[in-house]
Amino acid sequence: MSPPLLQVNDLKKHFPIKSGLFNRKPEFVYAVDGVSFEIARGETLSLVGESGCGKSTVGRAILRLFEITSGQVILDGQRIDDAAPGTMRQMRRRVQVVFQDPFSSLNPRMRVRDILAEPIRNFGLAKSAEDLEVRVTSLMDTVRLPREALNRRPHEFSGGQRQRIGIARALAAEPELIVCDEAVSALDVSVKAQIVNLLQDLQREFGLALLFISHDLAIVEHMTHRVAVMYLGKIVEVAPRREIFAAPRHPYTKALLSAVPLPEPGAQRNPIILKGDVPSPINPPKGCRFHTRCPFVFDRCRTEEPTLRATGPEQWVACHLEEPP
Amino acid sequence: MALLEVENLQTHFRTPGGINRAVDGVSFHVNEGETLAIVGESGCGKSVTSMSLMRLIPEPPGRIAGSIRFAGRDLLKLSDREMRAIRGNDISMIFQEPMTSLNPVLTVGRQIRETLMIHQGLDKQAAEAHAIEMLTLVGIPEPKRRVGEYPHQLSGGMRQRVMIAVALACNPKLLIADEPTTALDVTIQAQILKLMLDLKRRVGAAIILITHDLGVVAEIAERVMVMYAGRKVEEAPVAELFRSPRHPYTQGLLGAVPKLGSSLAGTATRLAEIPGQVPDLRKPITGCVFAGRCALATDLCRQYAPGLEEKGPRHIAACHYAAKGAIAA
Repeated sequence: MSPPLLQVNDLKKHFPIKSGLFNRKPEFVYAVDGVSFEIARGETLSLVGESGCGKSTVGRAILRLFEITSGQVILDGQRIDDAAPGTMRQMRRRVQVVFQDPFSSLNPRMRVRDILAEPIRNFGLAKSAEDLEVRVTSLMDTVRLPREALNRRPHEFSGGQRQRIGIARALAAEPELIVCDEAVSALDVSVKAQIVNLLQDLQREFGLALLFISHDLAIVEHMTHRVAVMYLGKIVEVAPRREIFAAPRHPYTKALLSAVPLPEPGAQRNPIILKGDVPSPINPPKGCRFHTRCPFVFDRCRTEEPTLRATGPEQWVACHLEEPP
Repeated sequence: MALLEVENLQTHFRTPGGINRAVDGVSFHVNEGETLAIVGESGCGKSVTSMSLMRLIPEPPGRIAGSIRFAGRDLLKLSDREMRAIRGNDISMIFQEPMTSLNPVLTVGRQIRETLMIHQGLDKQAAEAHAIEMLTLVGIPEPKRRVGEYPHQLSGGMRQRVMIAVALACNPKLLIADEPTTALDVTIQAQILKLMLDLKRRVGAAIILITHDLGVVAEIAERVMVMYAGRKVEEAPVAELFRSPRHPYTQGLLGAVPKLGSSLAGTATRLAEIPGQVPDLRKPITGCVFAGRCALATDLCRQYAPGLEEKGPRHIAACHYAAKGAIAA
């Protein structure tokens, strides 16, 4: 069996909080606190969870937009979390990103042509000026934008078109993995469908792996092969799409799924309404992090933290209820 | 009798690029105690419609025409002073972003008290007691302590509960909720939707719910009006609309949303795309507003704008072809 394209082992990222001059006890935001997963070539893994669960931090750590606190990020058998700048540069080409907000992630002063040419030049992919031009125009075809648009600047485009430019920019580097950080969340319903379809086509065409970070569970179900559910910096459940959506095991996954309103009037459903809010990642609860809101909490949950254990061929759940007695 | 009757509402803005017809001839009504959802994508005019009802559109550059009859009075003919007596009292509003719509330097209690003291003439003690009551009603734990806190001390869901408490403090007859749960996480959204449903049963206010989330619509609306490019294109009772949407735009919208559980039912297919994008509202549109993106458009559609016609029981749509049943789902 070939090694996975991406492997993340016990990733931790703790952000220090600025403390006062005389405050000797440093405090941290435990944004990601021990997360492990793998992504195979051509696979879509979705990271889902609510705001502040650490899903975007995981994405950024893989892109090495900051240094991680501990753990390993391994791309195609090679560690990239501590790679030297020269090696890192080549590795960066292989992992690209599409951000949520197509308004702030494109430089307003650059023409589309230059936005797309930059990564190609950067990684030395074009053999000549003609080759560069061919690559740039074919990228426009790939994301279904008119070639004439190459000379325009981002403000002349709608949100959906800008997101296409963002995707073209990511593709320009010929990556193997694209991190989509809420890439369709800011778009209107009809445009969202266009971009989701485009991403699926591109995945098929180029054999891309996607790390799809999203809070929109219906879109995730539509797009993904596997799902990892995060809560307060930890993965609480990982499983293939079928298992997550048909037979979720973790109480948080169940609550999350049941909370999504269905576009079917009069649909019979009994949402599990969780009490209260997500606790602060500065002082995460002891024991199971979900115990403050869990409808099935018992004593052990308050003191002992559950670990991920296999409950099926590819399904892993971190919950004391799943343990054999 | 209808509580609110809007007729031929036109809200236009003067811009350097021409007149933007953000809302162009929209008519609808809301009955007492009813929940009407206004659905559409960004720029369709749904929020401008709600701001027009409250007369919160700055004039100029805006201009509102038509009539908005609320409990028998035309709101557009009232003086500013008379309008102030209605806002927050008879009609109140919940906005999407509770952080920017609450005043950060005033305590939560003071913000609820303010409406009560101005509109209901309560003294400070009575208003304070009522504020605590309201916070209890919207499910805020330890209301006695929370009244003294500032918005930044509360979470997003709590702030939205406070917004609802402010909006409901004076027992309004009509509550306008503009994307009330869009900024919230799903588990918090479920809490707020449940709260809105419970409160509606208890308070009996009519609600205009403005949203782009069809799931939220299905959950709490009774009647739905679909807007596109500043016009109303379809209106029907909620079950009817989801069962047999008549307008191609509504059909497109419903087809573009993946349904949770569809991968299990084996019904997961490619999402329906609506090609193209919303027309520029600064340019006059001849013919049907949706013709440029509609797969069924013919020369008739490009030349003549379809009127709203009855397509079924209490079901109207503005489409030349919907009537023939040719595209009824």
